[in-house]
Amino acid sequence: MSDIQTLEGEILGAVSAAADEAALEAIRVGALGKKGSISELLKTLGTMTPDQRKVSGPLINGLRDEVTLAIAARKAALGDAALNARLAQEKLDVTLPPRPEPQGTIHPVSQVLDEITAIFADLGFAIAEGPDVEYDDYNFTKLNIPPDHPARQMHDTFYVAKQADGSRHLLRTHTSPVQVRTMLSQKPPIRVIVPGRTYRFENDATHTPMFHQLEALVIDEKTHLGNLKWVVEEFCKAFFEIDNVTLRARPSFFPFTEPSVEWDMRCDRSVPGKIQFGTGNDWLELGGSGMVHPRVLEMCGIDPEKYQGFAFGFGLDRMAMLKYGAPDLRPFFDSDLRWLRHYGFAALDLPTLDGGLSR
Amino acid sequence: MKFTLSWLKAPLDTDADVATIADKLTSIGLEVESVEDAGARLKDFVVAHVISAEKHPNADKLKLCSVDDGSGKPIQVVCGAPNAHTGMKAVFARPGTVIPVSGEALKIGTIRGLESRGMLCSSRELLLGDDHDGIIELAADAIVGEPAAKALGLTDPVIDVNLTPNRGDAASVYGIARDLAAAGLGRLREGDLTPVPGKFASPIKTELAAGVEGAAPMFAGRLIRGVKNGPSPQWLQDWLKAVGLRPKSALVDVTNFLSLDRGRPLHVFDAAKLTGNLRARFAKDGETLLALYGKTYTLDSQMVVIADDFGARGIAGVMGGEETACTDATTDVFIESALFDPISISRTGRKLGIVSDARYRFERGVDPEFVVPGLELATRMVLDWCGGEPGEVVVAGAAPNWRRSIDFDPNYVAQLGGLDVPKSETVSILRRLGFTVEDGATLKVSPPSWRGDVAGKADLVEEVVRLYGLNKVPSAPMPRHSAVAKPTLTPSQRRTRSVRRALAARGFNETISYSFIPRAHAKLFGGGDDARQVENPIAADLDALRPSMLPSLLAAAKRNAARGFADLMLFEIGAQFDSGMPGAQSTVAAGIRMGEGSRSWTKTGHPADAFDAKADMLAVLETAMGAAMTAPVKAGAPAWYHPGRSGTLALGPKTLAYFGEVHPKILAELDLKGPVAAFEVILDAIPESKAKGKARGSFAPSPYQALERDFAFLVDTKVTADEVLRAAKSADRALIEMAAIFDVYEGKGVPEGQKSLAITVRIQPRDKTLTEPDIEALVQKIVAAVAKATGAVLRT
Repeated sequence: MSDIQTLEGEILGAVSAAADEAALEAIRVGALGKKGSISELLKTLGTMTPDQRKVSGPLINGLRDEVTLAIAARKAALGDAALNARLAQEKLDVTLPPRPEPQGTIHPVSQVLDEITAIFADLGFAIAEGPDVEYDDYNFTKLNIPPDHPARQMHDTFYVAKQADGSRHLLRTHTSPVQVRTMLSQKPPIRVIVPGRTYRFENDATHTPMFHQLEALVIDEKTHLGNLKWVVEEFCKAFFEIDNVTLRARPSFFPFTEPSVEWDMRCDRSVPGKIQFGTGNDWLELGGSGMVHPRVLEMCGIDPEKYQGFAFGFGLDRMAMLKYGAPDLRPFFDSDLRWLRHYGFAALDLPTLDGGLSR
Repeated sequence: MKFTLSWLKAPLDTDADVATIADKLTSIGLEVESVEDAGARLKDFVVAHVISAEKHPNADKLKLCSVDDGSGKPIQVVCGAPNAHTGMKAVFARPGTVIPVSGEALKIGTIRGLESRGMLCSSRELLLGDDHDGIIELAADAIVGEPAAKALGLTDPVIDVNLTPNRGDAASVYGIARDLAAAGLGRLREGDLTPVPGKFASPIKTELAAGVEGAAPMFAGRLIRGVKNGPSPQWLQDWLKAVGLRPKSALVDVTNFLSLDRGRPLHVFDAAKLTGNLRARFAKDGETLLALYGKTYTLDSQMVVIADDFGARGIAGVMGGEETACTDATTDVFIESALFDPISISRTGRKLGIVSDARYRFERGVDPEFVVPGLELATRMVLDWCGGEPGEVVVAGAAPNWRRSIDFDPNYVAQLGGLDVPKSETVSILRRLGFTVEDGATLKVSPPSWRGDVAGKADLVEEVVRLYGLNKVPSAPMPRHSAVAKPTLTPSQRRTRSVRRALAARGFNETISYSFIPRAHAKLFGGGDDARQVENPIAADLDALRPSMLPSLLAAAKRNAARGFADLMLFEIGAQFDSGMPGAQSTVAAGIRMGEGSRSWTKTGHPADAFDAKADMLAVLETAMGAAMTAPVKAGAPAWYHPGRSGTLALGPKTLAYFGEVHPKILAELDLKGPVAAFEVILDAIPESKAKGKARGSFAPSPYQALERDFAFLVDTKVTADEVLRAAKSADRALIEMAAIFDVYEGKGVPEGQKSLAITVRIQPRDKTLTEPDIEALVQKIVAAVAKATGAVLRT
């Protein structure tokens, strides 16, 4: 065995035995450093005859290359081992919970309003709004409920204390005063829905002194009772997300509509505590409606000989209760976090017609 | 409006059953609220004879009975009722019968060792009353084996109609029958209205005081002498009881009957107790009257009374007086039949708080042509039941002219009602309802006297549609305004929606709370003044319009804390009230964070503080505006905030928002532990976006390298971060892209009364790379600008 081969064996043996990067560096210096064993051999090449060099040159250079590669390979292996050892050290208990992030929710009334808005926007309805404190004139008189009309007894009204100017106002008992405001400020054709808070002197198991109504108003030259029926039907299909809706109309009375109609929708209540829409032998009360009374049009500055249209009013809270199975009204306004989380909706679940109103 | 089936069938000749009648009533607008058919409900209960009732051998308080239910074989029944006795007739339930009170089927049981094969029932078990002391004892002549309901007199179903306030004409059994007949369900029997001739001139006259004609246009009456008062016939007593009235005496029951049956309120006076003539006049202010049921009312000069020479004897159209009421001793009766103005009656009834059958009918409007016929009907009944001699009818005033004619184009039914009804059918319907119709291209329609509610064309459409069939109206699509629906939300509505969802995305739970709060709370938030009081609050603590949303949220926080949720984030978007005037309200998005921060092993939670609230407020504003909020925050906010840990954001004179930690005194007042950080953003105050067009400005990033330089300044503690940053930026607005605080330090190494503010400034060259001297010059400019504006010294 030549010296070179012996040297090669020694160095490669040491490389593979090197326990860490420092040992490896020492081996590298010992072999390839300025005074290293291989460097010394390389220096001998200059003193050789061309023939000797032809034989020894490739051997020595080969040795250098092989050792260089072996050191690099060992270095990589040592690095990996060190990293693995560190990673093993850094192990976490990944079953621990992440940093807490509060989960916000949208109130069901807001969610349902967004659903309803999406439906009516597609039908060309804008949203009209009005104040909670109203003039008696807008809440009653201009809606054809003069003072001392028995219909005022249908509305248990909250009054606001007398103002400095002697006027006395009320908390609107329905969203209908916004009809008045809309007609006074806008020329037909009109298509609006009016959602909002309403107030009545009621407080029992199924009533709260504040609740939400949803009103719709259409005024143009042609809209008739059949159009009203169609809108109620299409609305119910879209809102309850069912294909079949059977409506029942009942003649009724509201001072601000003539004729007046109340709507019921076919449903199934045969399973206690559950309600299924579009099927069954029971009827669900939806709300009141009718053709806007000619006197209301007149009092709101619209010619009843030329224009006509309909209005209807549903309970917004009730819609939410029915669709999402919330049995009681009172917790809607109680701010119980448990309830808000149970019946609330995710922030990004904005109802759309293309994506579906609800999941 | 309650009546029984047999009562209805007196004026209505029909074979229809109660279900058919109820459906028809609802379909023509006389909504049936309930049908109580005890006969059908109790059909499984039978009359039984108690053959024997002995003491139970194993129990002192139980009885062992042998019962005959008509099946022929005696049945053994154990009964606990003290009144169970041999020979009685009782209501018997056989095994398998569902007991109303429990809703469960009766089983054969063994009680104290003896089998019981049925039950003798109490009123309560049948849901007929509260009596549970003993079982029902039926009349001795009750027939064994027959339905118990028959023996109980409960075979006549009671129908309750929810009458709408416009239908005064249907506030009577006769009126309901009239509507049903018009709808094709049976034939109406008019009854005998022939006048009863008077046998003597009435010594008591009726009079209308001057000026009362508007409120009391007509006042008729009749004296009947020599009557003998006593109980009214059994059938009438049964009907009255079935609808919840207590039979009193024939004379009184006549008036109740005609009020309910014909919608004709009447009053009977004991003529012996009257002095002189009867006169309808306005009461004197402060005049008092002892009314029926023993209550004295103080009247005012807007109320009409019926008075004699002595004084007020009755509140016209509302309630009679106690002192002139008929009793069993009455021999001469004066019957009053009058016409009163609905509004006057309504006002009087409301002011006095009297709800009566007479008021109910007068305020809905009675038939002006039925004043005298009603009196004749009453006369006939009094004569039939009490005997006596009728005087002549006396009448003061007259019915106001109710006749009117409406021009009605029959095509209007289709135009407004969307229903094609043949003209002949329209005419027929109106005539069946008692309207006079003069045929022609345009019909001339006159409503009957009892339909004061029908005033115009739309009312006639309603009449035709409701009788033709509202459910026959076909649904008709509405035209679309545009192929693809256009957006309909206003910018502010859209903004409100975005803000709501942004807050939920930040982790807030949305709530909705009442607009009224306790006055004491309102006072803590700048409200609670008289102008914002609810005059008639439903509860003592719901009496003030809220001047801010925060008291609602804080009260909610307290309720939740009591339930064990002391860490919470709540928000609400709603109205706050600036006064009690319509429109004086603002839409506000308000939120609170309460608590020490959720406990976590990550130690990332922290007590709610002003900077949480500031971040929330900015998030709301930036969501609403769709752009960064650049206006400066000023220290300080309304008194309900911590004076040193709160801020206000305003644009010119317009306040947009407040934020900060809630004042500890407020938390103490509301009994909250805290800490609580809150914000209020007045959404209505946020200016609308001025952006023109949809395209964004062109994207032109600088090709030159940006660089950042850090500075640490020593400033007086009173100097705000904002002042330092603004000064730094002002050094070169073109080059300085951003300046931000990254450290604030007070304490060791910093002189007393001073703080160290460390800022980083990002410099973005636009047209050339900056050289070192350029940069050095800019750095010096920044230091100089900050020093000049704030007195800061660069820390070295």
